[in-house]
Amino acid sequence: MSYKFFPHTEGDVRAMLERCGLRSLDDLYGDIPSELQLHRDYALPEAMSEVEVRRFFDTLGSLNRTMTCFAGAGTYDHYTPSVVHDILRRSEFLTSYTPYQAEISQGTLQYIFEYQSMMAELTGMEVSNASMYDGATATAEAMMMAVAAGKKRNRVLVSAALNPMLVRVIDTYAKFHGVTVEMIEQEDGVTSRADFEKKVTQPDVAGVIVGIPNFFGIVEDYTGWADICHENKALLIMTCVASTLGVLKTPGEWGADIAVGDGQSLGIPMSFGGPGVGFLCTSKKLIRKMPGRIVGATHDMDGKRTFVLTLQAREQHIRREKATSNICSNQSLMALFVTVYMALMGKKGLREVNEMGYSGAHYLADRLVKSGKFTLAYPDKPFLNEFVVRTDLDIDALQQECAEEGIHAGIRVGADSLLLCVTEMRTKDEIDNLVELLTH
Amino acid sequence: MSKIIEGLYYSESHEYVRVEGEFGYIGITDYAQHELGNVVYVDMPEVDDEVEAGEDFGAVESVKAASDLISPVSGVVVEVNAALEDEPGLVNKDAFENWIIKVKLSDPGELDDLMTAETYKALIGE
Amino acid sequence: MNNTYYGKLIFELSQEGRCGYTLPKNELKEFELSALPSQLLRVNEPELPQVDELTVVRHYTNMSNNNFGVDTGFYPLGSCTMKYNPKIDEEIAAHRDFAVLHPWQPIDTVQGALAVYHGLQESLSEIAGMSEFTLNPFAGAHGELTGLMVMRSYHMSRGDDKRVKVIVPDSAHGTNPASAAVCGLEVVQVKSLPDGTVDVEDLRPLLDDTVAGMMMTNPNTLGIFEQRIAEIAALVHDCGGLMYYDGANLNPLLGRCRPGDLGFDIMHINLHKTFSTPHGGGGPGSGPVGVRQGLEQFLPNPRVTKNDEGFYDINFTDESLGSISGFLGNFGVILRAYAYILTLGCENLKMVGPLATLNANYVKESLKDCYELPIEGVCKHEFVFDGLKDKSSGVTTLDVAKRLLDYGFHAPTIYFPLLFHQALMIEPTENESRETLDGFIEVMRTIACEAHDNPDMVKGAPHHTPVRRLDDTQAALHPIVTFKELAQ
Repeated sequence: MSYKFFPHTEGDVRAMLERCGLRSLDDLYGDIPSELQLHRDYALPEAMSEVEVRRFFDTLGSLNRTMTCFAGAGTYDHYTPSVVHDILRRSEFLTSYTPYQAEISQGTLQYIFEYQSMMAELTGMEVSNASMYDGATATAEAMMMAVAAGKKRNRVLVSAALNPMLVRVIDTYAKFHGVTVEMIEQEDGVTSRADFEKKVTQPDVAGVIVGIPNFFGIVEDYTGWADICHENKALLIMTCVASTLGVLKTPGEWGADIAVGDGQSLGIPMSFGGPGVGFLCTSKKLIRKMPGRIVGATHDMDGKRTFVLTLQAREQHIRREKATSNICSNQSLMALFVTVYMALMGKKGLREVNEMGYSGAHYLADRLVKSGKFTLAYPDKPFLNEFVVRTDLDIDALQQECAEEGIHAGIRVGADSLLLCVTEMRTKDEIDNLVELLTH
Repeated sequence: MSKIIEGLYYSESHEYVRVEGEFGYIGITDYAQHELGNVVYVDMPEVDDEVEAGEDFGAVESVKAASDLISPVSGVVVEVNAALEDEPGLVNKDAFENWIIKVKLSDPGELDDLMTAETYKALIGE
Repeated sequence: MNNTYYGKLIFELSQEGRCGYTLPKNELKEFELSALPSQLLRVNEPELPQVDELTVVRHYTNMSNNNFGVDTGFYPLGSCTMKYNPKIDEEIAAHRDFAVLHPWQPIDTVQGALAVYHGLQESLSEIAGMSEFTLNPFAGAHGELTGLMVMRSYHMSRGDDKRVKVIVPDSAHGTNPASAAVCGLEVVQVKSLPDGTVDVEDLRPLLDDTVAGMMMTNPNTLGIFEQRIAEIAALVHDCGGLMYYDGANLNPLLGRCRPGDLGFDIMHINLHKTFSTPHGGGGPGSGPVGVRQGLEQFLPNPRVTKNDEGFYDINFTDESLGSISGFLGNFGVILRAYAYILTLGCENLKMVGPLATLNANYVKESLKDCYELPIEGVCKHEFVFDGLKDKSSGVTTLDVAKRLLDYGFHAPTIYFPLLFHQALMIEPTENESRETLDGFIEVMRTIACEAHDNPDMVKGAPHHTPVRRLDDTQAALHPIVTFKELAQ
């Protein structure tokens, strides 16, 4: 039976069974009716050695193609400082669970407190929870939070300029939770203000969801939106690409009530879409309506400043079906990831990352437009590092051609439209090469 | 032993109503605050909200527990005890002095369905 | 773990002008961000710390020294299945050929990643006796919600809109009713018998045409196998409901029993429990949802399929309940779990359940003379004590748990399930050696003696941890949740 993950010798098993008054391992299952038991081995491969496991994944890995990435749409190719990976591998962080026993979990509690502090700074909000699954579910949770805070209101307005990936998840949660989702039309790439002003006056609107930036990469002007929401007793929810808040006007500055989004853009590897880290920040006034875990500062018996899970009485394990959410964990290790990232980068690094993305994206847009084969889909709208171009060329064929050269040439978002993104990871040569392939 | 006051109306979910004219002051009983432990938050409705007998109108939270507040009577909220916002622990100090909401009773007949001090005393086994 | 407390915050190490990163030079400076309209830019810079690289490394290293993980010591946290997390899984998860994939890359450039997804999906189906799994849910609770959405979608697809009730045992974890409520279902509780199993006689009258289904764990939260499961499943099926299996307690069944064979229609698995992906301080986890044949079409979008030529694709369908995640779940966790299953193989996977069960019974039998065992008999992977046998000293379960920390063990789960006042829920996994268990047993016996001889010392525990008991009333009364609030 000797196997590396099972320390039991035959002598151990015999002695342990004896203490239990049993004769064989089968006796441990004597209470399960025989017809319900599995009387065969699983139809699965036999054990692999580490050498074979590595070979197996090398082989599968070779079926993937790592590409030069000009795609965004919710997942971004940013630089990861090597320190972050090193800290995340520390097994004291990696192999612990939720910090229920605060006396031996100050490491986890402390970094979550730092995470909350940094996310509140980044979003310009007063408080943050300990993190959520991803940006899409965080946005859906914000919707449910608005509905819970709005008592009998159960309509949510969603900008049609929002990432469709977010809208799909919002729709699913809304359908089962009994929330009515109504889209606010988009006009020329931005959320229609007139349509918003018209729809928000309905008496059952609990919340309004808009994006920073929006799906087309456009940085929208939300001046006055928060006031209009509040006059109509609706909450303003902004779903954001975290990294861009290093420079863009924050949800807090726009007067939003809830800021959500994914922290993946804070250096987390794309990893085929997960894990990222959802964030949810809000005002102090709404803290008890906020879903998820929260860490607070306190002190121990000796007066030392310490940290502890707090406001737990609002959570699912106590409130059961009365809780705002069923979430009972957080994306802790990924919260540590973005905490260490932000500690290293600081405000200056975040600004520089955005400056480089801005420069690269505008250079790419400029060259594509100058080629005469592409136009900007929304030429008078400001963007940061992501934008949509239109062309009469065959986009599928162009993308295919680029793929053969190892380039992921953006995401097609319509018959004639392509969504492109440039981060600090792209060099001028790579951009020039892409332009060459798209316009030759 | 928990404090019980004569002349109030009591519910099975440990709320009381103190009636003054057409108004009722609703709070949780001394027994309830004792069971709950240190109260850290009282979730209260807003003035002008309607409450209905048997329906919850808020919640009281301690560190590791939460309990819905079930209204013993129907009516309209005319005042909430704002002092509890800053100092929810007042409920522990004196649950009967520190009522939670003041309601204009819409159906005083409902009071007949509630318990007297005597019956409530029996309920909590004291 | 280090017992000296490191309590600084990164913000307190910050000095204006310090920096911890380098980036390439911006070659395209002619396009300047400052060209954006000023009303779209943030006014105040975020007050993030300014620190050099070594300061960051030391800070988080010191912080980690105040943490306890499975790699530190025995972690018998009931219901959480704190297994050893094999290092090879971390190596595979960091594999560059997977880590740098964008989720919307052309489908022929991600065939290896989709093969991993599909391969794990098929392995879980075989292990659980289900037809198909989605790996999209991010955690157990998220899987539970997704599974209930499948349940409702099934009823709605038949135009059966009146099924709004879901039956949950009174011993269930609070997440079950919370998930049901988020999914728009009403929770109806069924009573437990004194031995903790479902009271079938209490169940019968609850079953009618408004029942969407029933949620159960098996073994239940007390570690007891529900022997009447086939009968319960038949009753629920007869009234038109579906059976949901909460996979929180799947570990003891590995190699011995499959939820699909017990009559369950829908289930979730916690990869971070049963398939040994690291808990990471609370996440990222993964909560795949499996369904029996006939329910596959309701699984969330997108689904990964394989055609006859062995080509993998990503599909969105209208019959699906919709999307519950941005992409295909926590792919990094999926990689780890697949590596774990391949590493163990069929011959070792089948030993997981029996050895975990043996370990639990060994600890239970070795301690039941000092701790109150409310339910006698063979347990599965975990069991519950109702506090000390001798309660005269006033030493509570909380005190015992805190005293365990002094001896270098993580505490069991306490005060859950709610069926007992002093619940102490212990789950030793299959990875723990007899010597480790003997060490734990000895300490538990020592604490029982201490509770008798020196109760005040136990009530004041822990004494040797980095910090002592915390004031959580203060934390909840006046929440301070950011550095800015703390600094005020």
